[in-house]
Amino acid sequence: MSEATLIKDAVCSFCGCLCDDIDVEVEGGKVQRVKHACRLGSSKIMGHGRIESPMIRKEGVLVACSFQEAYDRAAQILLMANKPLMYGWASTSCEAGKKGILLAEEVGAVFDTTATVCHGPSVIGIEEKGLPGATLGQVKNRADTIVFWGCNPAEAHPRHSLRYSSNACGRFTPQGRKGRKIIVVDVRETRTAKNADKFISITPGCDYEVISALRMLVAGKGDNVPEEVGGVSKADLADLAATLKAAKFGAVFFGLGITHSRGRYKNIDNALSLVAELNQHSKFVIMPMRGHYNVGGIGQVLAWSSGYPMSVDFARGMPYFNPGETAACDLLARGDTDAAMVIAADAVSNFPRTTAQALAKIPVIQIDPYENPTTLLSEVVIPCAIAGVEAEGTAYRMDGLALRLRKMVDSGFPSDEEILIGILESVQKQRLLKANEEA
Amino acid sequence: MIIKGGIVYDPANGIYGEEMDLFVDQGRMAEQAKGEEIDARGLLVMPGGVDAHSHIAGKKVNTGRIMRPDDSRQGTQSRTSVCRPSTGYTVPNCYAMGYRYARMGYTTAFEAATPILEARHTHEELAEIPIIDKGALTLFGSNWQVMECVRDKDLSKLAAYVAWGLRAARGYGVKIVNPGGGEAWGFGGNVKGINDTVPGFDVTPAEIIRGLAKANEMLHLPHSIHLHFNNLGKPGNYTTAIETLDLLRDIKPSRMRQIVHVTHMQFSAYGGTSWRDFESKAPVIADYFNNHNHATMDMGQLLFGSATTMTADAPLEYGNARLTHNKWSNHDIELEESSGVVPMTYFRKMLVNAVQWAIGLELALLVKDPWKILMTTDSPNGSPFVNYPEVITLLMSKPKRDAEMATLHEQVPKRTTLAGIERELDWTDIAIMTRAAPARILGLQDKGHLGTGADGDVTVYNLRPEEVDASQDHALVKKALANALYTIKGGVVVSKEGQILATPPGRTFWVDAAVPPADADRLMLDLEDKFAKYYSIQLSNYAVQDAYLPHAKAIRAGLPVEPLPEVA
Ligand code: SF4
Ligand SMILES: [Zn+2]
Repeated sequence: MSEATLIKDAVCSFCGCLCDDIDVEVEGGKVQRVKHACRLGSSKIMGHGRIESPMIRKEGVLVACSFQEAYDRAAQILLMANKPLMYGWASTSCEAGKKGILLAEEVGAVFDTTATVCHGPSVIGIEEKGLPGATLGQVKNRADTIVFWGCNPAEAHPRHSLRYSSNACGRFTPQGRKGRKIIVVDVRETRTAKNADKFISITPGCDYEVISALRMLVAGKGDNVPEEVGGVSKADLADLAATLKAAKFGAVFFGLGITHSRGRYKNIDNALSLVAELNQHSKFVIMPMRGHYNVGGIGQVLAWSSGYPMSVDFARGMPYFNPGETAACDLLARGDTDAAMVIAADAVSNFPRTTAQALAKIPVIQIDPYENPTTLLSEVVIPCAIAGVEAEGTAYRMDGLALRLRKMVDSGFPSDEEILIGILESVQKQRLLKANEEA
Repeated sequence: MIIKGGIVYDPANGIYGEEMDLFVDQGRMAEQAKGEEIDARGLLVMPGGVDAHSHIAGKKVNTGRIMRPDDSRQGTQSRTSVCRPSTGYTVPNCYAMGYRYARMGYTTAFEAATPILEARHTHEELAEIPIIDKGALTLFGSNWQVMECVRDKDLSKLAAYVAWGLRAARGYGVKIVNPGGGEAWGFGGNVKGINDTVPGFDVTPAEIIRGLAKANEMLHLPHSIHLHFNNLGKPGNYTTAIETLDLLRDIKPSRMRQIVHVTHMQFSAYGGTSWRDFESKAPVIADYFNNHNHATMDMGQLLFGSATTMTADAPLEYGNARLTHNKWSNHDIELEESSGVVPMTYFRKMLVNAVQWAIGLELALLVKDPWKILMTTDSPNGSPFVNYPEVITLLMSKPKRDAEMATLHEQVPKRTTLAGIERELDWTDIAIMTRAAPARILGLQDKGHLGTGADGDVTVYNLRPEEVDASQDHALVKKALANALYTIKGGVVVSKEGQILATPPGRTFWVDAAVPPADADRLMLDLEDKFAKYYSIQLSNYAVQDAYLPHAKAIRAGLPVEPLPEVA
């Protein structure tokens, strides 16, 4: 099989842009060239260092084992635990997520996603206010005014501006970048800010106040706004409010700069209100810049399966959701979980330090194509095929649009979905054995 | 399977409460069969219920779940050895959707509104809904390609696009919501009437509706166009309703069915000039339906309590949110649609809500022919579908209606005619409005009846129609309808006395309509251009892949030629 094949319009499974115009050349069972993707995307598709074999920790050392042994050990850990945590899911397919939820129901686990450490506050803001949004193509075709608040797509979502936002041309935006006003609000002048028409530099932790001032100005209650808010002069704020009101179609994209600064979900709540109010003057939409390519998708799957998009506790046999109680970090910080499965995410690097330390005290099952800091403290390590490169499946773009991931090359590894089925079957088998022994 | 001795209502086959045995063989109704015996002696037996308009899957429903954790907390039920867990009341999780329909004796439900671009999501959820058969109507009313074909008066290209869109979305029929309004909402506007021009497209809602109705008939689609009127939800909108219906009178149906199905008519039967002098125009609308045969409708009954409004009529939802100060989600879909979701509570003492409640009932009671009006709540817009037994008992019992009226705002009898309506529907009417008519209106030949060869979907209710007086014993009737004694789906007992016994996967119907290759070729040039310039995804990634319909049932339509080559 040395003949080169060209895969056209493949989907890049790296960031929430989910670019679907990637051309991939495959020869000899390997990806040889990637066209159209940014450097982040091509480096993912080209591939790099992989975990080579399933492993189980024996006397402190990870030792290679068979997949079945790894499934059985993982099942055993889940069965012995009172309240296992199943965390991650942002970088795998919805199909894997579905099997994961089934397994969580089966063993009474808490199912949480990386949203809990990124756009979790956005989800809570949406629960308070709803989300006035649109697909990215709507922004491309119509937006004449775009605000990036606390996000830096130039580094984190490199093709966002060309495909969907600042530089995209569409039916009512034939001039692309020239016909648009781009505003960046951030605490430092990022690369995105350097390319903006207007950069508003705010004092760290002052997003809430700045949004509140804008809401007052938009509502015509500027008299009550002080001369300076969050490091921004009233004149600049008044200017910005006027620009937003004058938009034909405006879009706000926001990132972790606002979800993780002081105020957190209240910031989002406030920003959603601002956008709702702007719609009395102009058309406006707002959207979180989701990072991992399918963090949105797992939220969708979890919502239609359980009613809630993150942090769902299945320990009582029915879904229970109470952020602050059932979120992965809270659970670990309280010592309320006694085993963890980490899949398609690097918990140790993402969690706050104390939470990561809590993880070190309990048995951890890792499912991932790559070695990362979580591997170092794992009891069972199961390597998988890379979803979107070596396995098919579904992912949801940052605007909630579902796309089909292609399989580009074969791999010797099972997919996440297959691994989860393997563990589920082992759980059922071990349960039956135990029941028979007891009988 | 043999279902013995039931009092059978199968109006499609002229059976109105006859004692008879029914046979199901290999999932279908048969002349004879062996096997399991179901004792239905003296009990009410009907075909499995068919819901032709309900919001059960897709982005809007999931948005409702995500923005309403308060709702998800209601109706929670544990996992069992047969069932996945259930959550939610107005926006249940996928599993609860299937179980709750099955408990009420329903075996089929159609999702009411899916944009083509987001159909993959809809099918992901439909595939998770257990037990019931389903389908999804596809939105065409604010679609750029549609509007351009209409503007260019290129009907054959329009038909080719409708066929292509249904195939790409794996959709069942043509849904039109506030035509043109979704495009206008792209810049925050709306269309104000059927002759208003859609900004930037030089077409009117009237032209879009007529164009799609003609294309629908050119394609011989099993269902007619399925229409949510312009100006829906606004005082005085009954004139828009009549004007729109008049538009379609001269179009010839390609099958034995209506030319247009008007959905949730209740929301479009309003008089008055504002919410202050708001009143019912249900009698005028009912008269129109009594005197014309080209249109059918569903009620869109509103009930008091919690609801979640969700519709492709995005400007309406923004209005709802401003009016109620409630949370608001909006979702515009590039080149195709817009949509919104707003939670809602309807109050007995709120005059507007009380009048809306009465209008739905007036419509169902004043339209003489039950084949023309379906029982729905536009779930979960008027109320979630679990409350169908409440609607049915209101229709069957004048004393129940009177008792309810006594608890409402005192102006209701002045603003509506409900108090003076004596009619009480009987089991034949109900069997038509919840079974036979929705199946006929959708063009589902094997649903909604019990003739040989029909799907083996049968419901046995724990009610003795020859003994019980639905007018007086409405509480008893309501209880019996909420949990069927037996719900049989494809010859399998899926629910018994409210307990789910089996969860076979349901099928998903979609329509594959053939068009002349030359028209398809002309269309593809347009589409290639649109994807190159305007869509944010590639043409080759657009259509729903077969993997998303694990139990697909394609229904052929269109020209008697080979179907289109598979898209991408
Ligand atoms: S922008 Fe994101 S999705 Fe697009 S190619 Fe780069 S990493 Fe991949
Ligand atoms: Zn509807």
